[in-house]
Amino acid sequence: MSRDSRTAFDVDHLLDTAQIVVCTGSGGVGKTTTAASLALRAAERGRRTVVLTIDPAKRLAQSMGLSELDNTPRRVQGVDPAGGGSLDAMMLDMKRTFDEIVLTHAEGDKATQILENPFYQALSSSFAGTQEYMAMEKLGQLKATGDYDLIVVDTPPTRSALDFLDAPERLTTFLDGRMIRILLAPAKAGGKAYLKVVSTGFNVFTSVITKIIGAQVLQDVSQFIGALETMFGGFRERAQATYDLLKAPGTAFVVVAAPERDALREASYFVERLEQESMPLAGLVVNRVHRSAGTTLTAERSVAAAQQLEAGGGHELAAAVLRLHADRVALSARERRLQERFSSAHPGVPVVEVAAQPGDVHDLDGLRSVGDDLASGSAAAVPA
Amino acid sequence: MPDFPEVRLHVVTGKGGTGKTTVAAALALALASGGKKVLLVEVEGRQGIAQLFDTPPLTYDETRVAVAPDGGDVHALSIDPEYALLDYLHMFYKLSRTGVAARTLRRIGAIEFATTIAPGLRDVLLTGKVKEAVVRRSKSGAYAYDAVVLDAPPTGRIARFLNISSEISGLAKVGPLRTQSDGVMAVLRSPQTAVHLVTLLEEMPVQETLDGVRDLQLIGLPVGGVVVNAVRAPLLHPADLLAAESGSLDTAALASGMEKAGLDAPDALVASLAAEAGDHAVRVALEERGRDALGALERHSYELPLLPDTVDLGGLYELAGLLREQGLA
Repeated sequence: MSRDSRTAFDVDHLLDTAQIVVCTGSGGVGKTTTAASLALRAAERGRRTVVLTIDPAKRLAQSMGLSELDNTPRRVQGVDPAGGGSLDAMMLDMKRTFDEIVLTHAEGDKATQILENPFYQALSSSFAGTQEYMAMEKLGQLKATGDYDLIVVDTPPTRSALDFLDAPERLTTFLDGRMIRILLAPAKAGGKAYLKVVSTGFNVFTSVITKIIGAQVLQDVSQFIGALETMFGGFRERAQATYDLLKAPGTAFVVVAAPERDALREASYFVERLEQESMPLAGLVVNRVHRSAGTTLTAERSVAAAQQLEAGGGHELAAAVLRLHADRVALSARERRLQERFSSAHPGVPVVEVAAQPGDVHDLDGLRSVGDDLASGSAAAVPA
Repeated sequence: MPDFPEVRLHVVTGKGGTGKTTVAAALALALASGGKKVLLVEVEGRQGIAQLFDTPPLTYDETRVAVAPDGGDVHALSIDPEYALLDYLHMFYKLSRTGVAARTLRRIGAIEFATTIAPGLRDVLLTGKVKEAVVRRSKSGAYAYDAVVLDAPPTGRIARFLNISSEISGLAKVGPLRTQSDGVMAVLRSPQTAVHLVTLLEEMPVQETLDGVRDLQLIGLPVGGVVVNAVRAPLLHPADLLAAESGSLDTAALASGMEKAGLDAPDALVASLAAEAGDHAVRVALEERGRDALGALERHSYELPLLPDTVDLGGLYELAGLLREQGLA
């Protein structure tokens, strides 16, 4: 079996021991379903679990009792309590999370001043990176409650999995305010020597940017950043603390991919990046894998037989089913080749496959069945 | 006769994983056939176009990436906000793109700062460049490109991306940027533009397509066609599909057909083939529901098959041919 050439992913061990599991991968690979399945399985294995989702499909959300986006963990009904575990679920509301940070750290007037700042409103609801940052922020909050043994995080639907790691950095660099201080107070000490070096470009920049963006926006930004600074003495430290949580013992990343070229390439990038950052990778989940039980009948023979029946007339059902089988075997072989390419480039990365479901997953039974597949490489799993 | 004869800017969006870039590339090829000149543009720095056409990474220069089957060229361009801002400063403020000032701005991160502080600015710059290519004319007065195809951000973000005028409402109320954004918006809202949505016949992509169409209509942008990608032809007769879905497929008939074709038909193999037919039937039923939901949109719709292998240039030509046959180009 070609499965033997790669390391099995012991998902149950992960679910029994980790404190934070971050599911990541490019858009459209089934991250949310994977996160929900992992969380449900952990809960039914006895852990007090919460899953933080970003943008679940409507029916999946309903199946977990998430009818509204209210930023509060809600108990999921229908989870088997026999092992002593439980499952809560919540959907991230990034604006509300940002508002909560402000309200927690700023007093009355100051908080109002920030919340009403037009720049804050734009930043908290639309800046690319805010969602990623707030997902981490919420993770930190959930962790701090001490209510949970395990937190499973689904990451925002970005085109690239790397955005999840990079976006908070971009946001904090920006909020750090060095640029804005230089821009608004070029004569002040500190910026002076620096400005001499850059003055040619900088003067053009200042005048042009002020013209383009408008003095009012710069004013709003400056006020906002000033208010933030008095709140926590630098956004960067705060972001760093949350970021460190991702490197802490007990945290593990699960990279999710579909058995397709682009998704596996993204997975490769992400795996390499985690290595660079010394962040712990638990394994790769390859979702929506097509398998065929009838491996004794090859695609070639199946097509040849179908052609023979079609030429002879009659037996339409058999001819059609044989064509379906040939397509399925061919698809399965192609998916296997793509996976093998990944595994030969990353031989140490544990991999587990989840079979493609003919329909969409939208109830707890569906999640359980995905969970069983996820655990198929676990030490306790009995080989078929 | 194509369905969108007046359209010169084809914006292609779709949920992640639906094959948006592939469809955009196939559409560009289809539009180029017959000796036309088409520009294919990406704005997210993914280099998806270069990978599809197997060319070196695209730059801010328009490069020819493919020749259409019966003459015609596809050129491609990757628009980067940083370069677009320098381009803009060059156009309106005579700032050299490669001079000391430009280099300094880049080094101190000023450009990223400017596009960050005003997210709308970034989109105005990106769409501004696209619009420039759409309206550009050669010395003879003819359009430089017969058509421009934009591989746009995904469905979830498309309305915000294209709604330039509202995005920059908080920015300068006068000056070149306002003029620029008004110009872009005028082209986007004109009959010259159509926004096509790529989807799969699955629950989430179909839902996003419905939401996307509604969002686009709310802001008055012209919705084009719906391209359904990776469609599997139903191979079974409707009655057999129903039987397969309920697990009551005529396995005796299947086994006898297999034997007729000279195959062994042990029970286990027959059962697994029947199970595969069952999966297929469930999937076909799901696709049918997706198709019905999309049908309610009353838009032109196009279907592209699931290609048996990873899409390469040959696959793109095949898809381009199908889009032409169905009238998208």
